[in-house]
Amino acid sequence: MGLPVPDAELVARCRSGDGQAWNELVDRFGRYVHAIASQGYGQRGADAEDVFQEVFARIYERLPTLREPEALRAWIGQTTRRCCIDRIRARSGELLMAEPEETPVETLGRLDDALDVREALARMSPECAEILDRFFCRDESYRAIGEELSLPAGTIASRISRCLRKLREIVGADVPAGKKQVTTTVS
Amino acid sequence: MSRRTDHDEERIAELLRLLPPAPESWVAAAKQLPAARAAMDALVARAEADAELRSRVVAELDAALRAEGIEPQQRIVEALRRRLDA
Repeated sequence: MGLPVPDAELVARCRSGDGQAWNELVDRFGRYVHAIASQGYGQRGADAEDVFQEVFARIYERLPTLREPEALRAWIGQTTRRCCIDRIRARSGELLMAEPEETPVETLGRLDDALDVREALARMSPECAEILDRFFCRDESYRAIGEELSLPAGTIASRISRCLRKLREIVGADVPAGKKQVTTTVS
Repeated sequence: MSRRTDHDEERIAELLRLLPPAPESWVAAAKQLPAARAAMDALVARAEADAELRSRVVAELDAALRAEGIEPQQRIVEALRRRLDA
């Protein structure tokens, strides 16, 4: 079970010009950004891609001025929401008199919970993380996973069950720490 | 296995499904950002010091980026144009 680099450390490494750290940041938050844009704000196709690229461009430019590196996740969420709203405004073709409709808080809350689970997944064995990712996130069938991992389909089902149980234990163990309520500031 | 446990596992499975991977090409383009910015900075610095080079770059932005090893995505081409216009 590996321990992922804390967000603040990842920010420090990115600031020092570590290209591998930037790649890790994109891998860590790419799904989250994509999900906020598509599920939270209904962005699709080229619009979703533009938002995705704009978010990471802003993150890259403003990372050196992020005052609270431990608040990276909240900042990325906030940046994504702003990019989505900017995109919706730009697409409207005219000045919006009112703010775009607020995305349901529940949707964004669920995505935050999903990222918590994703972070727990990163602390599992690579075998468990891969099999759960393939089945639940990539929607691959038992057969496809079995072929890829050279395992019988029946074994895949039992491993998914075992790994899911382990993941629940990790997520459950995280609960007492609670979720930090952080505010993000960029100078 | 208790019903509570089943419920927890169903909830975790549901949350996992909420974060499918972003398209690989998007992720690859985002990862290219630091290298693209560094190469663009170097290109702009050279163009500012050499008027002839600057004219060639302005005329053929895509080709200039390719020559620096950068995939000329629209966003990067526009950023380079803005910097050379400034």
